[in-house]
Amino acid sequence: MSTAIELSAQVRSGERSAREIVDQHLTAIDGREDEVHAFNLVLADAARAGADEVDRRVAAGEDPGPLTGVPVALKDNLCTRGVPTTCSSRILEGWTPPYDATVVSKLAAAGAVIIGKTNLDEFAMGSSTENSAFGVTRNPHDTTRVPGGSSGGSAAAVAAGFAPLALGSDTGGSIRQPAALCGVVGMKPTYGRVSRYGLVAFASSLDQIGPFANTVADAALLFDVIAGHDQRDTTSIPENSPPVSPTLAEGVDGLRIGLVTELSSDGIAADVAGRVQAAAEALEQSGAKVGEISVPSTTFGVSAYYLIAPAEASSNLARYDGVRYGLRVDADTTGEMMQTTRTAGFGPEVKRRIMLGTYALSAGYWDAYYGKALKVRTLMVRDFDAAYEQYDLLLTPTAPTTAFEIGAKTDDPLAMYLSDVCTIPSNLVGQPAISVPFGVGHDGLPVGVQLMAPPMGESTMFRAAAALEAAS
Amino acid sequence: MAARISRDDVAHVARLARLSLTAAELDMFTEQLGAVLEHAADVEALDVDGVPPTAHPYPLVNVLRDDVVNDSIDRDEVLRAAPSVEANQFRVPPILGEEP
Repeated sequence: MSTAIELSAQVRSGERSAREIVDQHLTAIDGREDEVHAFNLVLADAARAGADEVDRRVAAGEDPGPLTGVPVALKDNLCTRGVPTTCSSRILEGWTPPYDATVVSKLAAAGAVIIGKTNLDEFAMGSSTENSAFGVTRNPHDTTRVPGGSSGGSAAAVAAGFAPLALGSDTGGSIRQPAALCGVVGMKPTYGRVSRYGLVAFASSLDQIGPFANTVADAALLFDVIAGHDQRDTTSIPENSPPVSPTLAEGVDGLRIGLVTELSSDGIAADVAGRVQAAAEALEQSGAKVGEISVPSTTFGVSAYYLIAPAEASSNLARYDGVRYGLRVDADTTGEMMQTTRTAGFGPEVKRRIMLGTYALSAGYWDAYYGKALKVRTLMVRDFDAAYEQYDLLLTPTAPTTAFEIGAKTDDPLAMYLSDVCTIPSNLVGQPAISVPFGVGHDGLPVGVQLMAPPMGESTMFRAAAALEAAS
Repeated sequence: MAARISRDDVAHVARLARLSLTAAELDMFTEQLGAVLEHAADVEALDVDGVPPTAHPYPLVNVLRDDVVNDSIDRDEVLRAAPSVEANQFRVPPILGEEP
C-alpha cells in the first residue's frame, strides 16, 4: 500500500493519475465497507470529479500541492459546503453546511481529494463509535471489536485502506484512542494550532482537529497542511510555526523521555504495559535517555474531564433547538417544539452528557463540581510544567487495553469513560500528543503508545514518533 | 452510601436542558449519572483553596482584526437550511401564552 507522500509524488510526476488512485480506493471501499461501515457518506462522484480536476491541472503544468491527488476521509463533524454534515446525529437531519471548515479549504488548496464523511460517536461523545445514530463502525482488524472512538470511522477508513489519510477531532482522546485500537498513527495538536472553524463544537476549550495516517511521515505532512493561524477562530495561536516534516529524520539522540508512572500501571492491561516498556527500551536504544516521572494530578484527569467536557457540551448543544437548521418536531408552542425536537434528535449518550453538564453548572453544584474541576486543570498544568523541566517528552500507553468487543461497555458509561484515562490529560492542558502503533497485544490486536510534548512541541514529538515507528 | 444525584434532580436537570424522559430513562440516567458523580468525588474532596481556575489552556486576550468588511454567508443560503421561514425570518410556533 502506497503512502500519501508516494501517491502525491506519483501524480505530480505523471506516473499515475489522481483518477486511478481515487478509483482504486473506491474499489477498496466497495469491497469491505458493508462489513466495516467507516463512512456515513462516500463521495464517489465528487471524488472522481475532484481527481479529474487535479489531473487536468497536473497536465497543464501546475503543482496542485503537497497532497496532489491524495484521497482524504473527513470525520462527519467537519463542515463541508453543500455536503451533509451529520455528527452522526438525527438532530442535524437534512442539514448541509453553508461553508467549509478551514481544514477542508486547506486540504483543497493542497490538492487533496475528499473521498467521504466518516462515522463517529454522536457529536464526538464516546470511545467506541457505538453511539452513532447510523450504526456502529467495526474494527477492520477484527469486526467483532470496536474501532475506538469517537473518530472510529476515520481510524477504520485508514486501517482498512479506504483512504491513506483522514481527519478526526480529539476532545479527550478521540483521535489517539481509535488510532491505537485500529493500528494507525493519530495525533492531537497543541490547542489552537489547527483552526476549529467549521468543526462542530463539543467542548470548545478541549476540541482539536488532527491527522490519521498509516505512517508517521504521512501524519506529519497532513498536520503541516492543516496547521496555522486562522482569523476565523479566535482561539487560534497567532504565531506561525515551522513545519514538522523536514526534521522528522533527526532522531532522538540525547532526548530525555519520561515514562509517566500514574498512567502506566494501574488499570493498564499487562500486554499493553509490556509494549510501552518495549517502546521505552526501543527509544533508549535509539539514543534517548528514558526515565520514570510522576505527574500526580493526572489521576484526577477522568473526573475533571467528565465535569468540564459535559459542562461545555451542555452549553454548546443548546443551539440545537429546531429553529434555524436540522430537525424540527412540531408542537403547539416554541418551548414544547424545542423539547420534542431535542428529545427525538439526541441519542442517550448525548442526553447523558448534556444533563451531567447542566447539573455540574447548576446553582449549588457549580463550586463543588465545575469550579473545582477548573482548579484541578491548573494543578495539571503545573505538574506537566514541572515534568517538562526534567524531560523533553512523556511516554504512556494510548489506551488501557486493545480493542474491546462491540457491546462490552455500552451499559456502563463510567467503564467506557475510563478508556480515555491516558489521553484526557493532554486535552485538559492543551498539549500535543501522538499515538504510534507498537506491536500487538495477547489477542493479536494492535497496541498504540502515546508520546506527549509541551505546548508547540510537535517537531520533537514527531521525531520521536518516527524513531518509534522505525523500531517497531 | 447516599445517592449522589436523586431522581428528582435528574428530572429537574432534564427540564432545564429541554429534554423529556420516560420513567425508565429517568431510572437509568439517575443510576448512571450517580456513578459518574461518585467517580468525581475525588475532585470534589480535593483541597484546592487558593488555586486559580484554568478555564482555557491557551489564554488569549484582545483578539483583534482589521476593521474591514469581509464576505459573509449568503442569507438565502442560511434560510434554506431552516425548518420554517417567513419573510426572511425563522418561523416558530407561538411563544406567547405558554407556561414560563
